[in-house]
Amino acid sequence: MEDSLTIGGTRLASRLFVGTGKYSGNDLIPKVVAAAGASVITVAVRRIDPEAREENILNHVPPGVVLMPNTSGARNAQEAVRIARLARAAGCGNWIKIEVIDDNRYLMPDNLETLKATEILAAEGFVVLPYMCPDLYAARRLKAAGAAALMPLGAPIGTNRGLKTKELVRVMLEETDLPVVVDAGLGRPSQAAEAMELGAAAVLVNTAIASAEEPVAMATAFGLAVRAGRLAWLAGPGRRRETADASSPLTGFLR
Amino acid sequence: MSHHLPASFQEVLEAAPPWPETESPSRSRLERILGQDRLSTEDFRLLLSPAAEALLEPLARRARELTVRHFGRTMQLFTPLYLANHCINGCRYCGYHAGGTVERHQLSHDELRREAAAIAATGLRHILVLTGEAPKQTPLEYIGGCVAALREWFSSIAVEIYPLTTDGYRYLAGQGADSLTLYQEAYDRDCYARMHPFGPKRDFDFRLEAPERGCQAGLRAVNIGALLGLHDARREFFLTGLHAQYLQEKYPGVEIAISPPRIRPVPGGFQPPVEVTDRMLVQFVTAFRLFMPRAGITLSSRERAEIRDGLAPLCVTRMSAGSNTAVGGRTRPGQTGQFEIDDARSVPEMCESLCRAGRQPVFKDWQRS
Repeated sequence: MEDSLTIGGTRLASRLFVGTGKYSGNDLIPKVVAAAGASVITVAVRRIDPEAREENILNHVPPGVVLMPNTSGARNAQEAVRIARLARAAGCGNWIKIEVIDDNRYLMPDNLETLKATEILAAEGFVVLPYMCPDLYAARRLKAAGAAALMPLGAPIGTNRGLKTKELVRVMLEETDLPVVVDAGLGRPSQAAEAMELGAAAVLVNTAIASAEEPVAMATAFGLAVRAGRLAWLAGPGRRRETADASSPLTGFLR
Repeated sequence: MSHHLPASFQEVLEAAPPWPETESPSRSRLERILGQDRLSTEDFRLLLSPAAEALLEPLARRARELTVRHFGRTMQLFTPLYLANHCINGCRYCGYHAGGTVERHQLSHDELRREAAAIAATGLRHILVLTGEAPKQTPLEYIGGCVAALREWFSSIAVEIYPLTTDGYRYLAGQGADSLTLYQEAYDRDCYARMHPFGPKRDFDFRLEAPERGCQAGLRAVNIGALLGLHDARREFFLTGLHAQYLQEKYPGVEIAISPPRIRPVPGGFQPPVEVTDRMLVQFVTAFRLFMPRAGITLSSRERAEIRDGLAPLCVTRMSAGSNTAVGGRTRPGQTGQFEIDDARSVPEMCESLCRAGRQPVFKDWQRS
């Protein structure tokens, strides 16, 4: 079955995106990517040191996977824009995940500042993937601003709580034709499958893989779950019924 | 959490509960706290009680779980750089206090560059700049000039100097500093007065409000702490936690972190009036992790390698490495430091230990934008 995802003109082989920032060693990165079959990898620009002799995190990103730098640490649109430009100047390509967070307690993205940064960066030719709180109006405005995909959170970052924002993400899926990548909060493969069954184009999983006792095995599990969830979506699940069928049809009198 | 924000930390400090020495929470109450998602300040206080030492192992387990979830299996490394050791304050516990016999020096521009290059060669990109309070020898403009010069080598520059006005912090931020470390030393006013017999540092309130001024000046990270060993350590650490919570609620965009600097007895030198055992230290920082799961915890080279290795995977997010507390200590050998370093491991040695403990040493985790 032909089923591919294209974002910013790039055809992606898989619907699982992974992170880089929380592993016990950078040598795990290529192993996780391979086990997950991930097509996109995100790296915080704040962690990139082009002058590092030994530990340049970029050296661990395997070939064939799309590099998506992120603006972690940005507290407003201006900072996000500057970080994005630095990433491109450092040779990280033109994809950018915009992450604007100005609350260290909940780490919720600021949709308003994210929108401003999206407008500027999309106009500069970046492939912009904004990390956002799921919201229909923000989704429409981000699309109008030139976003290439939307990345709503499933639950607050790092909480592993699952798809707590399901109803809001569902509205976004129904009302926008941009690819929706559920990012943050997915703690278990079953929750990733749930997002895919709902119709998400892809998911991004970092903490759940990095904090597992066996990150590589967990990456495999997420890879399988994303494929299973996608297949289920394509297969078109039967309508869920809350009650059994009445044995005597209520409209039987019409005969 | 609280919807009425106090106007100042003084208000919180005045309202803080007295420390009932006799109180002993039940084991079941403490176990309940360990299972909670959110801790009240009262829960935090109970976790710091002597009775809670009996639950050190489950406390450590919970702290490790939260730390891995929020920070991953990583450890951010930095190193201190002393610009000068001139000082007009009389802090009784400090090797650089005014009137001491230590040789005084102040890095020249060339010496600073040599020291910076030597540190940068180890791969570190985060630096902590320190100096004493000496308006004649090392005015703020001197410190600002040093900060500006260090941008060539370092992606994050923190300062640990005497308290400034908001404009002072704004000036340093403009020069390239992004973080502030400032210890209150003692939250107990009487103890504070005893430990600081003369000099501008006697002004308790100006120091107490300085971390908040740093937040207002737009610094991205502020690290606070009390010197453990000067006064009732459980209460002093509890107040550090309250201070951190106050700052984080009022300035959610700033990364608030704490340190648990512990004064150790020095033969023939300052004798800390209060003993802080290793078990207490572990109890304090793991309890703080439960109280503020996303806050940073910095552990310096004052502590022994064995303690640092043990605490690193439990709750610490930032550690110093290759430390030297002498002015120009890396390029002018034979100088006396501010205090004895108990973990003298080099940067590669620290990295090796961290990797063995399943933690990735991170040299760069900030991007000046």
